[in-house]
Amino acid sequence: MKKKYSLKSLDTLPITAISFLTTEGNETGEWRSQRPILDPEKCNRCGLCWMYCPDNAVQEEGGLFHISYTYCKGCGICAKECPKGAIVIEKEER
Amino acid sequence: MKRVISANQAVSYAVLAAKAQVIAAYPITPQSSIVEMLSGFCATGALHAKFINVESEHSAMAACMSASVAGARTFTATSSQGLALMHEVLHYASGLRLPIVMANVNRALASPFNLKADLTDSLSQRDTGWLQFYCESGQEVFDTIIQAYKIAEQIQLPVMVNLEGFILSHTYEIVDIPEQSQVDLFLPSCPPRECLDIDNPSMFGSTTDYYINFRYKMHEDMERAKGVCGETDAEFKKIFGRDYGLVNTYLCEDADLILATAGTIAGTCRVVADRARARGLKVGVLRIRMARPFPVKQICERLRTAKKVAVIDRDFSPGCGGIFAQEVKAALQGLASHVLVYEFIAGLGGKDVTDKDIEKIIEQTLNTPNPGDSTWIGLLK
Repeated sequence: MKKKYSLKSLDTLPITAISFLTTEGNETGEWRSQRPILDPEKCNRCGLCWMYCPDNAVQEEGGLFHISYTYCKGCGICAKECPKGAIVIEKEER
Repeated sequence: MKRVISANQAVSYAVLAAKAQVIAAYPITPQSSIVEMLSGFCATGALHAKFINVESEHSAMAACMSASVAGARTFTATSSQGLALMHEVLHYASGLRLPIVMANVNRALASPFNLKADLTDSLSQRDTGWLQFYCESGQEVFDTIIQAYKIAEQIQLPVMVNLEGFILSHTYEIVDIPEQSQVDLFLPSCPPRECLDIDNPSMFGSTTDYYINFRYKMHEDMERAKGVCGETDAEFKKIFGRDYGLVNTYLCEDADLILATAGTIAGTCRVVADRARARGLKVGVLRIRMARPFPVKQICERLRTAKKVAVIDRDFSPGCGGIFAQEVKAALQGLASHVLVYEFIAGLGGKDVTDKDIEKIIEQTLNTPNPGDSTWIGLLK
């Protein structure tokens, strides 16, 4: 299905705008003006940050959590929800 | 089988015969009896469809859109304020190229509050990318719903079938409901198209700088729809013995004066045209059945030999006039011959347009050398 379409001509354009990318292709890390920093020493691995993150930017690997800066928009919800104060918000330096 | 039913019931029977798979609707007078009957069909199992009760017409169209993008044959019905509330989603549905079919029971828009027939509700949705049909009888309503699915699925654009509130919606007349096998022959199950597929995730209607190209493709298909609607009508006639045309004419060939209108007013016009002919006046009637795409060629062909055209609008664009009158004038621009177009506003808010009114329209058109502003029929003195 995907291959028959291209943006080269009207004939090969689909009749409506269809994107075959999932939101994995939509890297929103550039939007960030503040950066959450997770301190693994303070983290009790409760997973609340992972659960509350609206962009699935908190990722879990082998029971450990880390923040993907490719997608994190810097909303700060994880820091607000963390019961251990393991996540602090810093100004994003670019 | 012939049944004595209302045009609203004709819609419901047509949707049953078309085997719609998802119906989402919100009740509104004078549409409610359509979806009431359909929810009954779903409840008894006569129709194997998912009936979704929603909290508004905006949600109804959103639900139809989602079902359609997943590949289902969908239906909704609404009227007036409900259609207005759907406005935003109407653009979405056509932009996503979804073959949704909707019945709109024409009713005046508030304020002031009025439940009766007026075509302004659907005509104010002209630019949403939906095909629009205007019907004249219960039979035509049934037949047009069946045709609408076939057209929508071929063109991949949604279709709105309009019927005037109470004058059609609640009037009982004989409607021939064909055998299911005949309907199945004419309207097989929905042909394959690009749909949501969980194995190949995709997003429909994504942000694009190619916008103008998608709009152009919609334009091309709207133009193509004129031919497809004609072919569909011809194919329908082969199986069911009835056809309607994009426009429907009566005694137009040699007419000096043609009465042009949409919907049920055309019937009264024909009676009055017969009477005028008996008095030696060459009067014909043109009923515009399809308003989007606008059948410019067919209209010009029928009107080119007339001297005068009186357009009777049961609709009104404030600051402009009768909506069909403006469209007819624009269509005639391409003609070398000069046909004078007279505008009449009549029957707004369900006011009866009587034979006497139409006789008055003929008299005024014949006796006025040049068309002026629109003339309003039946105002207080």
